[in-house]
Amino acid sequence: MSARDDRGRASGRDARAAGQPGDGLSTIGRPMRKVDGLAKSTGRARYTDDIRLPGMLHGKILRSPHPHARIVAIDTSRAEALEGVHAVVTGSDMPTRYGIIPWTPDEYPLCVDRVRHIGDGVAAVAAVDEDTANAALDLIDVAYEELPAYLDPHKAIAADSGPYIHEPRKPGQNGNVTKVVRLEFGDVEAGLGDSHVVVEGDYFFEGTTHTPIEPHCAIGLAEGNGKLTVWSATQVPHYLHRELARVLEVDPAHVRVIQPPVGGAFGGKSEPFDLEFCVAKLSMMTGRPVKILYTREEVFYSHRGRHPFHMRYRTGATRDGMLTSVDAEIVMDGGAYASFGLVTTYYAGQLLTAPYRMPAYRFHSTRAYTNKPACGPKRGHGSVQPRFAFEVQLDRIAERLEIDPIGLRRRNFIGANTRTVNDLRITSNGFLECLDEVERASDWKRKHRRLPFGRGVGVAGSTYITGTNYPIYPNDMPQSGIQLQVDRSGRVAVFSGASEIGQGVDSMVAYIVAEELGVPLDHIRVLAGDTDFTPVDLGAYSSRVTFMLGNACIDAARKLKAQVQEAVAAEWSVKPREVLLAGGLAVQAGDTGTSMPVRDAFNLAEAAVGTLGATGSYNTPKDVHGDYRGATIGASPAYSFTAHVAEVEVDVETGFVTVDRIWIAHDCGRALNPVLVAGQMEGSAYMGFAEALMEEQIFKTEDQGRAGLHNAPSLLDYRIPTSLDTPALESLIVESIDPEGPYGAKEAGEGPLHPSIPAIANAIYDAVGVRMDSLPFSPPRVWRALRSAGVTGARRGVAR
Amino acid sequence: MEVVRLRVNGDERVCGVPAHYTLLETLRYGLGLTGSKQGCDKGDCGACTVIVDGRAILSCITPVWEAEGREVRTVEGLARGTEPHPVQDEFDLNGAAQCGFCTPGILCSSVALLDQNPTPTREEIRAALAGNLCRCTGYAKIYDAVEAAATRVGGKARRPDGAGPGPAPKRTPARGVGV
Repeated sequence: MSARDDRGRASGRDARAAGQPGDGLSTIGRPMRKVDGLAKSTGRARYTDDIRLPGMLHGKILRSPHPHARIVAIDTSRAEALEGVHAVVTGSDMPTRYGIIPWTPDEYPLCVDRVRHIGDGVAAVAAVDEDTANAALDLIDVAYEELPAYLDPHKAIAADSGPYIHEPRKPGQNGNVTKVVRLEFGDVEAGLGDSHVVVEGDYFFEGTTHTPIEPHCAIGLAEGNGKLTVWSATQVPHYLHRELARVLEVDPAHVRVIQPPVGGAFGGKSEPFDLEFCVAKLSMMTGRPVKILYTREEVFYSHRGRHPFHMRYRTGATRDGMLTSVDAEIVMDGGAYASFGLVTTYYAGQLLTAPYRMPAYRFHSTRAYTNKPACGPKRGHGSVQPRFAFEVQLDRIAERLEIDPIGLRRRNFIGANTRTVNDLRITSNGFLECLDEVERASDWKRKHRRLPFGRGVGVAGSTYITGTNYPIYPNDMPQSGIQLQVDRSGRVAVFSGASEIGQGVDSMVAYIVAEELGVPLDHIRVLAGDTDFTPVDLGAYSSRVTFMLGNACIDAARKLKAQVQEAVAAEWSVKPREVLLAGGLAVQAGDTGTSMPVRDAFNLAEAAVGTLGATGSYNTPKDVHGDYRGATIGASPAYSFTAHVAEVEVDVETGFVTVDRIWIAHDCGRALNPVLVAGQMEGSAYMGFAEALMEEQIFKTEDQGRAGLHNAPSLLDYRIPTSLDTPALESLIVESIDPEGPYGAKEAGEGPLHPSIPAIANAIYDAVGVRMDSLPFSPPRVWRALRSAGVTGARRGVAR
Repeated sequence: MEVVRLRVNGDERVCGVPAHYTLLETLRYGLGLTGSKQGCDKGDCGACTVIVDGRAILSCITPVWEAEGREVRTVEGLARGTEPHPVQDEFDLNGAAQCGFCTPGILCSSVALLDQNPTPTREEIRAALAGNLCRCTGYAKIYDAVEAAATRVGGKARRPDGAGPGPAPKRTPARGVGV
């Protein structure tokens, strides 16, 4: 497909990019404190579990001990009779199915007739304290009829008769299959046939989970007047609001969701969970506030993390290293429920088509249900696994053709203002600069293929969406809204529906208001995360918030600014555009010496037009994708680009891999606050490193003792890196100034995770000449790979 | 219920708690000091770290009775009045807290370190924080903050409000794209 520069450039919107860095912006682009920084460093920030309401009860959820079983009977009478127990709820009390994707509602708040994984919720109690609630769980009698359990996605897909994990949508179908996507662009077989080199490989990406340090927590409060309030550690208050109303049959106008500061999420809190429905229902039954806090073990079983992917790739290239054709076959282990799986199945293929030009591309991805906790979106949703396999394939092509791996990536660069093979619109693209930066900073040319045996460097690149053009439920309303209100003191209040989960969104909107209205940062109050008084923002997922809420905030601020300029201009008898707001002042343009405090300017405007405030909103472009079925999934207003170089040391005798340093170059469009951008880059690379070397969300099989039991549901045994494990991380910010982003900004929170894993795999190959195609690269796996390749300590240097 | 007497952040406190309560549960649910966090319930994550008699300990696996008669210091007791401890201020300046949930525990580990060793090397900081899991930052900005604070605890002046952190990350403009 040829590049469509004409369509790529056409945005039809005001270009918000104000040009290059240092172009007259006063606040944007500078290192700044966060608006909630001090609250978080003094212990004053109040997370959900820090809230105690008068008369509050404690809830607990009874969970299935079986991976797959029919619920024959539940007897709650003994629990209800226990002193201190106020209510017991079971699935039949909330028999409405829900699911974050409206087309695949397949779960209940508590299981109604069937449990589908160990840890599935069956009943919940509310009691005067936690001890009583726990004791009550032991008094609930559940009779189960066990069913055969599917733990292997291939076996689940091969099943030809029931009982399936879910009822088939049509008779005769396999109810163990969530979704199948087959898409082909260009002639893949012809492309492979014409290739000078074709590399083939099988890759396995083990499941991993988010493990935010804050466990999920929710509080429900039903008041006598029909009002229902739920506080929750969620990253999607708006979707939670909708689903609470629908499932509990409460008028949505009576439902209020409050999202306190969230102690980490990473995608693990981006759909409704059983505890939110249970605290609401239990409070509706008792008239008292009810809190449920997950144990760490429950967090592991609630999961919704990275899917295990079984992948097969064939990649062709010309003698010069130009890609010809890519063919992917992917089986995804989805666990017991659909979650975001419909989207994941598309993302598994759709998001691979940049930053390299591919003349032909085909993917066939299948998501299986299995009797394990459901997988869902984790940082880099659906695209981290294929990126691992594909960037290793590129490394193999470079080696076969004796081309430098960075050079190979440069040759295949897709460019800016273009279209991908699957018709995604690419606007700004700083990937070449990312490659330049990591090449220079890592001293690549002197290291690659030149370090002593056991040490190596590897490179990888990637792209990621900056939000999705289409919301989860079809509607034409804005994706982000915001409201500003000005006080006579000069203070500006920002009402934001976006979810602060640590990424700094509350600070981001304050920086934008400061930039646009010229007020000092400490005159801005951000009031966020309460559906009763903030406009809708769809949530902290898909790296959408800076781009979408940022643009909404600019929209609101500029409306407000126009009113202020008008009023001041009248006072000074000048034109409104001659009135500038900056540095806490309204200033007349030019060297006139005329100015007034911005507070006085606000007061003039209030006198002129009445109470001062403005709303702003942002909606995505809707007409910029292809016309095939599925073309909307992966369509984003802008794409970020990343390149990493990792340097590793491999101990051949133990298989232990040490990552010394990762150089991270990321095109974030514009860094609104470079400290926060670098923090996202480092946190992403850390998380990718962790998945590369350490993390495994795995479940026991029958012959390991108990089918479907989590192997290690604790923060000791599910290994996440400590300070001593984590490599040095070096952030290199690249700014391509996106034409539609706020001041040119794009995402930084997920893209920089992707290349860590293949860069480490490629570095291991550079170090010891062994390809690691299965994750994680733990000492036993690396040791076995070394042994089967005949690499031992005694043969040091031979394998090269 | 049993009555426990604690000295917390300089105050004598008396509190009725179930006999099995940990120090963390007593702080959070008995005394309303919710700054210390519960992340794992079993001593794995370090979010509950507080300072007892000058040492950083895990309050979630410390029976409250072990803290009787000893000096307990939590994140709420690190500031002097309205003046944040230099480590707290540097966490803010350096972007060392993202979600902030591990932050109280890491601050306590850091203050305990600096009280014993006011001039730690980066390696000593890494070692002192090895019991505190952070899932957001990759630890890099946390080291920057503790290092910056170490240069201040020796009586040097507080950095002024609005002062940026140390060196800002390098930024590279992309050539002629996008605009």
